[in-house]
Amino acid sequence: MAEEAKLIPHVSSELKPFFDAARNHQLAVQKCDNCGALRFPAAPMCLKCDSTRSSWVTVSGRGKIFSYTIMHRAYHPAFKAPYALAVVELDEGPKMTSNIVGIEPSKVRCGMPVQVMFDKLNEDVTLPRFRPAD
Amino acid sequence: MSLRGKTAIAGLGITRMGKNYDHSNALGFAAEAISLALEDAGLKRSDLDGLLVTTGVSYRDGLASFALQDSMRLTTRLLADVNAGGSSAGTAIAIAAQAIVAGTANVVACVFGDAPLKPPVAGAKSGGAGDAYGTLRGLDSAYGAFGANWVYALLAQRHMYLYGTTQDQLGAIAVAERQWANRNPLAQFYKEPLTLEDYHNSRWIAEPLHLYDCCIVSNGGVCVIVTSAERARDLRKPPVYILGVGQGHHPGPTLENLDTGIPIAKETAFRMAGVELKDIQVAELYDCYTITVLLSLEGYGFCKKGEGGAFAAQTRLGHNGSIPINTGGGELSSYYMWGMTPVSEAIIQARGEGGERQAPKHDIVLASCQTRNLSTHSVVVMGTNP
Ligand SMILES: [Zn+2]
Repeated sequence: MAEEAKLIPHVSSELKPFFDAARNHQLAVQKCDNCGALRFPAAPMCLKCDSTRSSWVTVSGRGKIFSYTIMHRAYHPAFKAPYALAVVELDEGPKMTSNIVGIEPSKVRCGMPVQVMFDKLNEDVTLPRFRPAD
Repeated sequence: MSLRGKTAIAGLGITRMGKNYDHSNALGFAAEAISLALEDAGLKRSDLDGLLVTTGVSYRDGLASFALQDSMRLTTRLLADVNAGGSSAGTAIAIAAQAIVAGTANVVACVFGDAPLKPPVAGAKSGGAGDAYGTLRGLDSAYGAFGANWVYALLAQRHMYLYGTTQDQLGAIAVAERQWANRNPLAQFYKEPLTLEDYHNSRWIAEPLHLYDCCIVSNGGVCVIVTSAERARDLRKPPVYILGVGQGHHPGPTLENLDTGIPIAKETAFRMAGVELKDIQVAELYDCYTITVLLSLEGYGFCKKGEGGAFAAQTRLGHNGSIPINTGGGELSSYYMWGMTPVSEAIIQARGEGGERQAPKHDIVLASCQTRNLSTHSVVVMGTNP
């Protein structure tokens, strides 16, 4: 059987803490060092207090589906259509683009509670995705 | 100092649209569009002293102001690439008008060219329209988030979730625009009607977006020539005066609360033009997707936030006698020249050259260009009187 096609994201220096955490099965977001506000995607400045100092902290990995789409065309062999692509609103606030797995795409709904799972793509890169909450 | 009525659109050039390979690249379409616009205006190439170049996905093919200037052997005092995505057309026209009023240029060609479609190659597995737009973007692409379809699909899904917007309402926008296109000989879908049933039966692209929720990918070029109001009055075509221009940029993500850059752009352009929404007689709204139209109707205040779906379905975008909207069939059904789609149809309507689709009143016409999931907008208010 041919090896499964994979799309391995580039681990930028900005996102290294995110991928380091994912390898350890933790979901990480940025936290403002000044006011403590959480943010994701990674950004250079806090929108609450304008501080540019930040670190990464782990969060629960639980959230709700904010919105989603079912992609009916795969532009890369790593994906098999149809698949669910969503923005998940984490319980801690930040929103994350991800996949919803472990459920028929047609059954995905806005507001559905989800929790993170970790998909090991290779030794270096593990990708967080989400599945329906237990 | 207001720009109101001081400049005008004197020339419009539109190449053949769609699956045509008249030129091997965007540069060729842009050059042809300029040539057509010069002819339309009754101007010569040597009259141009400004060139503003915008493009779609063909920036990868090297369509740029330097290349176009060199290939046409132009001598200008204004030359720039204007890259504000789909809103570039309105931005370029504003820059041209400002330059003319400031005295830094006199006759400016604002041109768009794009050639995402390549001639079919025997044996090729793909190479369709989707490929050109299936671009990768950072971490999101690791989740299979390619191109733009998914972003607008999420906006549509969110709108449905919050406001109960229906698939029928999105479909009504696609059907209404097709009816306009069926009266527009320039439209790629001029001869192909579309029913709501056809819409529902069309394949899914990114649910809840069907094929006919998405614009048609086109090869082609459009050029708009801007000059002073005074000079425009001596040229071949009746001047279409630039009454107001404005930009609005919202930081996004639009998905957060479905807010857009429209209110800021509208306020700026309408204040300059001295008009209110009720004065607009024809509106040409950027419509890369049906949901873009819906959110634009809300953004301009044609209806309240959340009511775009019902409004679009009830007004049928002007087929029932209300204000005519996207009279050429828009990007969904005529041609996808990014911001030049609304701009070109607005000019045609203002001139009264719309033939079967001509709006009865067309003294004040709105062209709305957008990009970045409606975060970024540029607006041009045009009129038949200065
Ligand atoms: Zn802060």
